[in-house]
Amino acid sequence: MIKSKVDEEDYWHSSKFKAFTFDDEDDELSRLKESRQAVNNIRRLVEEDDDEDDVERVSWSGEPVGSISWSVKETAASSQRADREPAFPKISTDTPSISRSQSGYSLSSLFKGKPKVGNFQTFSDALTDSSVRLYAPELRKPKSEYKDYVSDWSPEETVQRLQQGKAVSLERFRTLQDKLLLLDHAIAAHDGNVITAVLIYLKRTLCKEVLFRELESRQTALRHFIHYLSETQNQRLLLELHRALGKAEDAALLQYKEHLSITDENKRRDFLKNCLSLPFSAEDLAHVQDHYTLLERQIIIEVTDRQAECGGKVEIFQKFPRKALILNMPLITTLYYCCFYHYAEPEGTFSSPLNIRQTFKISEKQYFVTALAARAKLKAWLDVDALFASRNWLGFTRKKSPLSFQRVVDILQKNSAPTHVLQDYVALVDDGELRLTLAQKHKCHDIVISTYRDMKDRQLLLGYRGKVVRGSAEERKIDDLLSNPQIRWKN
Amino acid sequence: MAHSARRDSPELPDFSILKRLARDQLIYLLEQLPGKKDLFIEADLMSPLDRIANVSTLKQHEVDKLYKVEHKPVISTSDQLCFLIRPRIQTVKWICDVVNTDKVPGKSRRYKIIFTPQKFYACEAVLEEQGIFGDVSIDEWPFYLLPLDDDIISLELPEFFQDNFLAGDQRWVRTAGSALHLLYSLYGPFSKVYGIGRCSKMAYESWREQVEEGEQKARQAEIGNVFLIDRDVDFVTPLCSQIVYEGLVDDIFRIKCGCVEFGPDVTASDKSVKVMLNSHDKVFSEIRNEHFSHVFGFLSQKARNLQTAYDKRQGMDIKQMKTFVSEELKGLKQEHRLLSLHIGASESIMKKKTKQDFQELLKTEHLLLEGFEIRECISYIEEHINRQVSMIESLRLLCLLSITENGLLPKDYRSLKAQYLQSYGVDHLLTFSNLRQLGLLVEQQPGETLTVMESKVGKLVNDKTAGKLTDAFSSLAKKSNFRALSRKLNLVPKTDEEYDLRVPRDMAYIFSGAYIPLSCKLIEQVLERDGWTGLEEVTRLLNGHEFAVTGSSGVDSRGKNDTQRIILVMFLGGCTYSEISALRFLGREKGYKFIVVTTAITNSSRLLEALLDNHV
Repeated sequence: MIKSKVDEEDYWHSSKFKAFTFDDEDDELSRLKESRQAVNNIRRLVEEDDDEDDVERVSWSGEPVGSISWSVKETAASSQRADREPAFPKISTDTPSISRSQSGYSLSSLFKGKPKVGNFQTFSDALTDSSVRLYAPELRKPKSEYKDYVSDWSPEETVQRLQQGKAVSLERFRTLQDKLLLLDHAIAAHDGNVITAVLIYLKRTLCKEVLFRELESRQTALRHFIHYLSETQNQRLLLELHRALGKAEDAALLQYKEHLSITDENKRRDFLKNCLSLPFSAEDLAHVQDHYTLLERQIIIEVTDRQAECGGKVEIFQKFPRKALILNMPLITTLYYCCFYHYAEPEGTFSSPLNIRQTFKISEKQYFVTALAARAKLKAWLDVDALFASRNWLGFTRKKSPLSFQRVVDILQKNSAPTHVLQDYVALVDDGELRLTLAQKHKCHDIVISTYRDMKDRQLLLGYRGKVVRGSAEERKIDDLLSNPQIRWKN
Repeated sequence: MAHSARRDSPELPDFSILKRLARDQLIYLLEQLPGKKDLFIEADLMSPLDRIANVSTLKQHEVDKLYKVEHKPVISTSDQLCFLIRPRIQTVKWICDVVNTDKVPGKSRRYKIIFTPQKFYACEAVLEEQGIFGDVSIDEWPFYLLPLDDDIISLELPEFFQDNFLAGDQRWVRTAGSALHLLYSLYGPFSKVYGIGRCSKMAYESWREQVEEGEQKARQAEIGNVFLIDRDVDFVTPLCSQIVYEGLVDDIFRIKCGCVEFGPDVTASDKSVKVMLNSHDKVFSEIRNEHFSHVFGFLSQKARNLQTAYDKRQGMDIKQMKTFVSEELKGLKQEHRLLSLHIGASESIMKKKTKQDFQELLKTEHLLLEGFEIRECISYIEEHINRQVSMIESLRLLCLLSITENGLLPKDYRSLKAQYLQSYGVDHLLTFSNLRQLGLLVEQQPGETLTVMESKVGKLVNDKTAGKLTDAFSSLAKKSNFRALSRKLNLVPKTDEEYDLRVPRDMAYIFSGAYIPLSCKLIEQVLERDGWTGLEEVTRLLNGHEFAVTGSSGVDSRGKNDTQRIILVMFLGGCTYSEISALRFLGREKGYKFIVVTTAITNSSRLLEALLDNHV
């Protein structure tokens, strides 16, 4: 979403406030060149058509207009069958309105031989007119007109007219029963636009207790109302609605969401602290608690580290200057950060990775992956090695990992570990075939060579000789093996 | 390429009329505000506008300067401002601010808002509330349909998806009905309409009402049958990684309005290039529907042919050379340019995909689709999350797991959710709430309580009420039933058989032979059976809402057989390029021509990004 927004901006013109004019095309419009090029194809297409027809250009209201060959063709066609019923929607003059869908074709009806089209004029008039009537207080109108005009429409007709964008007034629906009937008809028509229009009217003319109560049994209307309130950012009423309907968890989440619009980290932290008293589910409450604890801790770390960085005395900040603030980063990013800058700290400090692991109950595997990536990034191979150290009860050390060694190799390799480091871990991959593939991929020659030796495959070893550097130790090793009379080659 | 295509496929109707119609309508509206004016255009309307008009068209109609709607103060000096926008409350509020700011120093200007494709009452209510109703004139530009290619038409309404399926707001139902009605009026009458999904049903109703309201002239039909389908009928397909070329390009470079921007890594220069991707691109049109493993071979063959064609020059005399230059060279150069672009794109795709272990990712997806080794899949996803690999990708896999498994075990759900929040931020609590609402990522219900309750209630009351209750239950905890559907419809071909991607035998080729897209399979089955007969179990598993209706006959029957094989498929909530490729394949096999109408082109990233809720 974010990406596409950026695209959008680059695509059009990125100047924030400055408009481009058509006069200085070279500068301002250069960015539009691409899109124009694309569009030019279309223009060419249309122009070709124009040439074919060579019909006199038709005007809308006496003004010369760019020719529209297709419409002109329509004109010719329709004048031939003049006495037939017009195929496109009829625009009757006495009912000054058109449904929106029909307006799609009314343009062609413009060209039915009449240079000046009175009918169409009424279309836009009707629309503005209808809208005025819809929302204008009835008091503005003379009493007689009020009677004549509104009292006739039944709920069905009203909904239908609303759907068609025709003039209509909702003011006659005054009893609760009438209002609900209107709403139910709107729901039955499946037109969200109309449902919302009715809801706006109900919101204005009913107290919220009554409105909420009635919405509870009308799920479709309720969802429209919730969407309308969130779009108009009526947070207060939305919260009241959720509470009134007994949806405490939804209300809690909604309130929690407000933290996103607080930019000051201290205010945000305080806000999150207050959120802890909201009626979340037990599971979500734990997450929100973590969120609060994390931000609190990030604020402390940020202050300390900024000082350390400015002071210029801590080597790691000098060698690897921080690229961004740690505030509001996810937990794992924070852990990575601490493994990077605060790895050796004792468990008592806020920024110690072990402390973070403890506080947030990070799984062993998760901790391992993050620490591995951070230490590998720093090329602290000793730390990496130590992560795997495990002693069995006899005191022998062997490498153990909660992560498959294939994945370990992958992480190390992505952090550009040298071959001699990679080799140790490739050797630990259990699956022989996979081990060989990885060894070949990462040029761990020793592993490949000894695997071929164990397979007693002379041909493969011979073939591999061509892949190692001439005169290298590997080549010598292969030669030694090949000339070793002790080995019983299978081929 | 190697497809045994039926050669009698009917011709597609000419949809360029739609573009001209929209352009003419816009021009008419601009004329309604005579004199010089500045035009403010909603950001996501710019590309669609570019496809139907150009700057000089606007200039001809006295548009002076063009601005993008950015929700910032306006510095225009023009005394007429025109706003071309989607009916969105936030945009209207911004316009109100503009007008009210002008009012303070007593500046007088004329304002016009053009809503497209239609206005909403809620927007007008904002104008009224802000006290500027009457100060601005309002119009509607019924620009419903933008042809993106010969067989793809888009409503360019990506918000249709979240508005309808997440928020439950039916504001676009009538829009969909009107779009269908426009097609009906220009290319109808239709013979039959099939559909599945709540929204499809409502859109059909809306269309039918509009047909009744209007009049239809007797004309030769150019479209035979119509199939309407809701996106939530099949969430599995758009969540799978795309491997067909056009889909892959969309996944990686994001095709916007039929146009893609290739960066320097593709063009092998320091410039980016925008390319229109459609059937006019001779190279692209041959590879767009191909499985990616196939594309390289094709492109290198093409390159060799090109070389041969260039080499012809050697040994030509002057006259031959002249003919060559005037007749062939331009075409060859054009092909050369396209070829090098698509080769560059393929290379870039290869690089990106190898880097992220695409093979392993696909393996996991296929296991999920088959329902094998679920524990291994879960730990793969877990590692994905632990390593903070792309936030969207992790979410995609989680959703795929949930839908194919009919929800996660409570233990797994809790643990994966906790790890996800740790890796990508607790803010995503809201994202999870959205996903649960939509049924994309849910916990398995303990036992089968719902089903038991349904059948108990069913015995007590009559069928109709029971149906309603089932509806209510299914909306509470919508089950995907993917496994059962997959068995019923044979969506996952047996693994032990070799699948030759060069000679696809069914639509599964778009997913390397691992899965036939549910949406397309439904379309195939319904067309074959001419309705839903025999698919009762399937529709039950899909929560119903299927329909098949026949239109009035007595229309001109000339060439009827051909028209019958032109099928318009309308996806409500978006469709992917892979689905379009699958339908093209089906069309070639069965002699149909499909026209895909969609509210927007989607893919897994767009679908999930619409549901993210970790931002203001």
